[in-house]
Amino acid sequence: MHPKRKQRLTLVVLMVVGVSLAAFLILKAMEDNLNLFYSPRDIAASAPSNNETIRVGGMVVAGSVVRSQESLAVTFDLTDGDAIVTVSYAGILPDLFAEDEAAVATGTFDGNQLNATQVLAKHDENYMPPEVADAMKSEGEY
Amino acid sequence: MVAEFGLFALWIAFAASLLLAVVPMVGSYRDSSLLMTVDRPLARVLFIALSGSVIALAIAFLNDDFSVAYVANHSNSLLPWYYKITAVWGSHEGSVLFQLWILSIWIIAFSLFSKRVDTVLRARVLSVLGLVSLGFCAFILFTSSPFERLLPFAPGEGSDLNPLLQDFGMIIHPPLLYIGYVGFAISYGFAIAALLSNRLDREWARWARPWTAIAMGFLTLGIVIGSWWAYAELGWGGWWFWDPVENASLMPWLVGVALVHSLSVSEQRGAFLSWTLLLSISAFSLSLLGAFLVRSGVITSVHAFASDPERGMFILWILFIAVGGGLLLYALKLPKNLKAKPFGLTGREFFLLLNNVFLVVITVTVLIGTLWPLIADALNWGKISVGAQYFNAIAIPMFTLMSVLVPIGVYANWGGSSSELGSKLLVPIALSLLIALGAGALIDFSLSTILVWWLGCWLLVATLDQLRRATAGFNKTKLMSLRSGLWGMYLSHAGIGVAIIGVGMTTLHSAEVDVRMGEGDSHVVGSYEFTLREFAPLRGPNYQSESATIDVYYRERLVATLVPEKRRYVATGQIMTEAAVDDGLTRDLYVALGEPLDNGDWAVRLQVKSFMRWVWYGGAMIFLGGLLAGFDRRYRRKYE
Repeated sequence: MHPKRKQRLTLVVLMVVGVSLAAFLILKAMEDNLNLFYSPRDIAASAPSNNETIRVGGMVVAGSVVRSQESLAVTFDLTDGDAIVTVSYAGILPDLFAEDEAAVATGTFDGNQLNATQVLAKHDENYMPPEVADAMKSEGEY
Repeated sequence: MVAEFGLFALWIAFAASLLLAVVPMVGSYRDSSLLMTVDRPLARVLFIALSGSVIALAIAFLNDDFSVAYVANHSNSLLPWYYKITAVWGSHEGSVLFQLWILSIWIIAFSLFSKRVDTVLRARVLSVLGLVSLGFCAFILFTSSPFERLLPFAPGEGSDLNPLLQDFGMIIHPPLLYIGYVGFAISYGFAIAALLSNRLDREWARWARPWTAIAMGFLTLGIVIGSWWAYAELGWGGWWFWDPVENASLMPWLVGVALVHSLSVSEQRGAFLSWTLLLSISAFSLSLLGAFLVRSGVITSVHAFASDPERGMFILWILFIAVGGGLLLYALKLPKNLKAKPFGLTGREFFLLLNNVFLVVITVTVLIGTLWPLIADALNWGKISVGAQYFNAIAIPMFTLMSVLVPIGVYANWGGSSSELGSKLLVPIALSLLIALGAGALIDFSLSTILVWWLGCWLLVATLDQLRRATAGFNKTKLMSLRSGLWGMYLSHAGIGVAIIGVGMTTLHSAEVDVRMGEGDSHVVGSYEFTLREFAPLRGPNYQSESATIDVYYRERLVATLVPEKRRYVATGQIMTEAAVDDGLTRDLYVALGEPLDNGDWAVRLQVKSFMRWVWYGGAMIFLGGLLAGFDRRYRRKYE
């Protein structure tokens, strides 16, 4: 084969192999790491399986935040105005976490409560996570 | 009055951009050297008008002119004066204006320092830049003017700057980032001008190189400082979150790095020319996409400004025109018969090709991961988010492989047939392995630790060896006369090595606990003992805070006293964690206050971060490397 053509062929083969490999890796990684967003209403309607990582967002119910006296364990309720989900978390809550404010928790649902590995709150006074805003809006409360 | 002056200056800039977009372009087709060289006064008018506009906004802030809506929303009379100035780019409207001002600096710099560039090509580059500037001007004037007044009912006091932005890192992070983003407009201009002029050759690549290298350097520094700010200010001690907006800055960076390397092949060998064009268009398009993601509020992110669909649509149109126009031109006008010198599988071209493939694959991965939630939402597949693991799973192996190849590519000769390539590699590989085993023995002798150290040292040792070979064994006169482009390359590659050690060590060997602490309590983290001495209230100019004094001991010896705070900003009532950090070459000690607990104790986060600084040191080296490469005199010499 002409050397220039041979070079081109090598490049094309390399590209095809590379692209397919990359596509495979991307799809694989995607499959394992997508976290679906649930509103408390969705969970009440059909509970997700307990090995699936999900995100739940809503308003923190006033008076529901309970801190343990021995450790950093905390529980609180999230609501979209319709249903309520209890979240359990161990660690430091974000600065803007407060009752009657929006929060989004990531974790697994054990049938009873969400065991959160991460809790996010809004990051400034005027901001609400779009998912939470949507969930509240469809309830006509926001 | 000053706000009206700012607005007026902005309209002058609008007119100057319009003229710049039209006149040199028309001149280039009419072959009129007068019209083609009118860019210099226009660039000057543009720069002066925008400087006036930015200064007007800064004066409105300094004077506490709360009748200006932007000032009222983002300042307060108690805010220290330096934060009043930086508040200019603290939110959406002002930051776009600021970005436009930086574009005008690039434009004036290009119009002054492009004497060697072919007149027609130069005129067209400038017209494209004028068009970009026009788009920015229109965006500000029609959707986001920072000069709007709250009349007749001006508030007596402003609602204060977001406390997260009241930090030194925030003073410099956005400007640096903007210099990088906007700098890719020049590469984009070069690409469009090349297509319009049917002029795509080695000389063209040489002219485009320095501008791209400098833009890439600044983008690197902007990202690194952003990461440092997040680390110091968000109070979690994390430095990279795969947040959509971080990704938005990472994508142009990845393509920018690919572009810098592809340009070198184009200049040296006349190869990869059409690929270089595509990368130039992509780098700028991804910068615009980043702007769209941040400004439109379509994503959930720490960075997202308040959402406004109208602004989003406007940017989407600009993006559509820039990408669509660029790609259309590319499809229609790409010069045929580009003559490239052939190369083999051991040629430097081949390794740079691999570098580009890796970088593009990572970019695509990040792009898919960032846009997937938007696509899924639009198609009603539910609201999802993509976990950090997704990005790590692809990016870490890709970066690792790519880094292994970096020194090999530099050792290889252009064209290939480097018969002695293998023998050159032997000593640096052996030496770096030896250092890695030594470091492993000192730390924990795990495979991952050794791999991190080997990879980092491989880059450092090989780069040093390359410098030795280039200067006949560190010969002093040769060192002095080595071109700055080569210095830039060595420094950047060594910077990658330093950053790899930082990233690897801080990921593998950092220790962190969240604990409840009262006065007198002690906790051991790693080999450090943290003892809380006392709590005390503090007062700042526009906040009140609770502080804790924590003594840190290493082998019974006091090594640091840290005073983390929990601040409450008076105007907004917003709460802010002010972490305290003791930085060191091999470790950072990091303490942040969580929240007060019922019996007077506090939740406290204690961290020992291994080799944390090395991440930023490495980034700073890449920045300096980019600058050195950009100022290589060879790019400004006449082409032989």
